[in-house]
Amino acid sequence: MPKWFLPAAALCGVMFVASPVVIAGAPYESTMGLVQKIFYFHMPAAVMFLVSAVICGVASARFLFRGDPAQDRLGWAAAELTVLFGIIALVTGPLWARKAWGVWWQWDVRLTSSLMGWMVAVAYLLVRKYGGPGSEKLAAGLALFGMANVPFVYISVNYWRTIHPTTSVVPTLPTSMGGPLWFCFATFLLLLVLLLRLRVRLGEAHARLDALHLALDE
Amino acid sequence: MWCLALALVAAVPAGSVAQDQPAAQDEFVPISELPPQDQLPAAPLLVAAYAFVWVAVFAYLVSIARRLRGVQQEVERLESDLAKGRRT
Repeated sequence: MPKWFLPAAALCGVMFVASPVVIAGAPYESTMGLVQKIFYFHMPAAVMFLVSAVICGVASARFLFRGDPAQDRLGWAAAELTVLFGIIALVTGPLWARKAWGVWWQWDVRLTSSLMGWMVAVAYLLVRKYGGPGSEKLAAGLALFGMANVPFVYISVNYWRTIHPTTSVVPTLPTSMGGPLWFCFATFLLLLVLLLRLRVRLGEAHARLDALHLALDE
Repeated sequence: MWCLALALVAAVPAGSVAQDQPAAQDEFVPISELPPQDQLPAAPLLVAAYAFVWVAVFAYLVSIARRLRGVQQEVERLESDLAKGRRT
């Protein structure tokens, strides 16, 4: 592992442990009260979900056009993280919505397109696991669909009628709420980088294993 | 039979049905002013959300660590097999 990995992992752990304290110090939102504090984990997880989908898509495109196996490993790693951060966003969102909206789920454009993006990432992993030889190119094609969905997820709340807050909420937050939010955002970003590196290392170990099997067969 | 059913329905006073229903709401009521039986506690939802994040991240970390350890052990075993094969 690179030299920066262990100090970064320790920093990320400390930030995760400190995050409940930082969030507890943020003021209550006037209409939603306590439940609004789910926002401080929900929003960074949702952004990392979209960032992972973009990383997966870009790496898959580079793999498709250049045939670089390192890009394939990066795309596979990012697909797993898309599923991880996606499920966090899709579970914490309804827990917040149950109190704030009175329902667990709405088939509105933001929620539905997010679920669709998450299902594309799940499909990517299923194709990689059960697709057999050549599945990496089919999965890479799926990743392109997943990446194309990302801008739609982001801007959808500004163009369609929805009960989900629009993208203008975060820039208008007061410092007392913005500070804890950006702290959690940095924590999740660091977590994404660390998990991505760890998962790519697993891919590299698998590649080494395949090369050894080939060498033994010869 | 139908006559008996109709007679039973007619015998129920309209007022008693209305008393069972909550009063109609004709204006916006802030969530903080709802009657206690209609309020949903926020703390269990908040705790569930944060617990899910921690459990999901921890489970993924354990999953990666186990997979990585398994592959590395297999790599080491094959490398030693290959080294033995070259020596013989």
